[in-house]
Amino acid sequence: MTGAKALVQSLERVGVDVMFGIPGGAILPAYDPIFDSKIRHILVRHEQGAGHAATGYAQATGRVGVCIATSGPGATNLVTPLADAQMDSVPIVAITGQVSSGAIGTDAFQEADIRGISMPITKHNFLVTQAKDIPRAVAEAFHIAATGRPGAVLIDIAKDALQLSAPFEFPTSVTLAGYNPVLHPAAQALRDAAALIAQSNAPVLYVGGGVMKASACKELMELAELTGAPVVTTLMALGSFPDSHPQHLGMPGMHGTVAAVTALQKSDLLITLGARFDDRVTGKLSTFAPGAKIIHADIDPAEIGKNRKVDVALLGDLKNSIIGLIPELRAAYKKSKPDLTGWWKTVNEWRVQYPLGFDEPDDGSLSPQYVIQRLGQLVGPDAIYTAGVGQHQMWSSQFINYEKPRTWLNSGGLGTMGYAVPAAMGAKVGAPDKVVWAIDGDGCFQMTNQELVTCALNDIPIKVAIINNESLGMVRQWQTLFYNQRYSNTELHSKRIPDFAKLGEAMGCVGLRAERKEDVDRIINEAMAINDRPVVVDFSVNRDAMVWPMVAAGASNDLITVARSMAPVWDSQEL
Amino acid sequence: MSQKHTLSVLVENSPGVLARISSLFSRRGYNIDSLAVGPTENPDISRMTIVIEVEGHALEQVIAQLDKLINVISITELDPLTSVQRELLLVKVTTTPENRSQVLETVQLFRAKVVDVAQDAVTIEATGNAEKIQALLRVLEPYGIKELVQSGLVAMERGLRITEKFI
Repeated sequence: MTGAKALVQSLERVGVDVMFGIPGGAILPAYDPIFDSKIRHILVRHEQGAGHAATGYAQATGRVGVCIATSGPGATNLVTPLADAQMDSVPIVAITGQVSSGAIGTDAFQEADIRGISMPITKHNFLVTQAKDIPRAVAEAFHIAATGRPGAVLIDIAKDALQLSAPFEFPTSVTLAGYNPVLHPAAQALRDAAALIAQSNAPVLYVGGGVMKASACKELMELAELTGAPVVTTLMALGSFPDSHPQHLGMPGMHGTVAAVTALQKSDLLITLGARFDDRVTGKLSTFAPGAKIIHADIDPAEIGKNRKVDVALLGDLKNSIIGLIPELRAAYKKSKPDLTGWWKTVNEWRVQYPLGFDEPDDGSLSPQYVIQRLGQLVGPDAIYTAGVGQHQMWSSQFINYEKPRTWLNSGGLGTMGYAVPAAMGAKVGAPDKVVWAIDGDGCFQMTNQELVTCALNDIPIKVAIINNESLGMVRQWQTLFYNQRYSNTELHSKRIPDFAKLGEAMGCVGLRAERKEDVDRIINEAMAINDRPVVVDFSVNRDAMVWPMVAAGASNDLITVARSMAPVWDSQEL
Repeated sequence: MSQKHTLSVLVENSPGVLARISSLFSRRGYNIDSLAVGPTENPDISRMTIVIEVEGHALEQVIAQLDKLINVISITELDPLTSVQRELLLVKVTTTPENRSQVLETVQLFRAKVVDVAQDAVTIEATGNAEKIQALLRVLEPYGIKELVQSGLVAMERGLRITEKFI
């Protein structure tokens, strides 16, 4: 069997049902058997789109996303989505063609050392130069991508390995001497964690994206209700715990709610579940949650103690850790259960005093927060929302209520502008029965909107809400706050150039526009009624709106600013 | 306080492993003091002996991050007190007919070897731990060191214990 056939058969064996890609010289042998395969191949317009689509697919479904590209520029165009998926622990496998094995190292046409290039931005990668090695590489790649802490894996295959033949032997199981993720936390650690929780008077469940990866949302709910503690969900964890739940304080971090940020700061115990003490959450690390003991449950040993020293580490699959913790905690509570009434009273004061909110612009222009809030209210919690990176992303995290896992997809770690449209495409392919909205900025949208052509031609009817403030809004916000309103290169002049509605039409979508408050509901409903093709809505919004609350980069979380020049007063809080 | 640590790392003998490890050290900002790579009794597995200078807490991170590399099979920290640690030195020293015997005497004192003799230079081979090698160099320096080559450190635990078991 040729290596190309072996590749496609192997992909079928591991259960791939769709892949996103673009053919080219070095990968061309593989595209011939793809033509006959039951695997759906979606021909994208740029390899970056293929990579983010694979990520969106994986985030929406929990399965491994697959993208495929040729050597050289095809492969290097995958660099950003690989880094993006790896930072957010999303399981994707990228397959790239490579020049023939004899030509490797000669600066051949379309040669790039993608294995070397992608080493620091993948969980693992392979360079396959012989046909016989292809099935094993595929089996190992999918195993590595999906297990342990998930991540991005790349398989680079030399063209001659695809062309030549070898007996097809698909491994029945994968064992790797150097890869054995610990799945079950130590019994003693579970007891220690339970004891800490049973002694804590001001605990907070600090929940990260790992809960989603481990499919442990049900277990999280049980643990949360057992402890009765406040819950904060990071940007990557929104939807893992219902926003509407009375214990939910919202998102912590740079643009988190005052209640969530402050609860972490004043807590005496952080029950950290699949989160990584990222700088966007902790602010200045040395002043983060100074009085808190730390329980850290994670599957990645390198996360334990990386940024914050821990008191109890629960190393293992998060689902197992929570399932193991619950009975230990019940037992510990039998001896003593702390009364959290005082803690809740304090927390609720923050909630009441500093709720999320926004001011309508004075000039009668459309408020971006209002648009996003209405979108969430009209579309509802069953839809999938993706976002790019910037102000619109933060407002989407703040003003849409997420009730279910895998309904909020975004680029958290890498902060990849241009993520929203291709990720929405991938999500819609993975979950065709769901309404998928990409909430994008005008800056982000101009980076990857070409994939709307792919959507239009392949019956992938996503909807795009462009929050058009004619600028790189988040950067502009920082210029407003920290650079004396010197708006160096952040004005995009994109009110009509490009005309996003017309651009959408040109790409086979329905193009709509809303510029006044009274148009918003009608236009959203209009977009919701269209299901046979993608829709692009240009929401022309006020450009001076800012994201609040905010903790300035590198500042202590104690210095959270609710609105410009309005920091909360801490005098009454002694916790 | 940062101090030197010796890590004995078993890795799969496959292309790119060294690049993975050096890339990890560089992107995470760890400094490699020395690195020695060689085969083991199992042809599929190589051993790297890595010396790094980090603080205790950072060492745990280095080990955890190294361990995440799929091709890394095991990592053991070797205590200098319970392990044999050796570096190899080749050094070319300028000699004159007058001082050559002094140089040769030094070589003997350090249980080193002369491996090449030329008209006005000798090449000396020495093995030992880092302190011994440094001491030898200090003594030889006044004669004029023309060139020197030094290997990374290799190390093995003393006694019966073997550092790691593997298939």
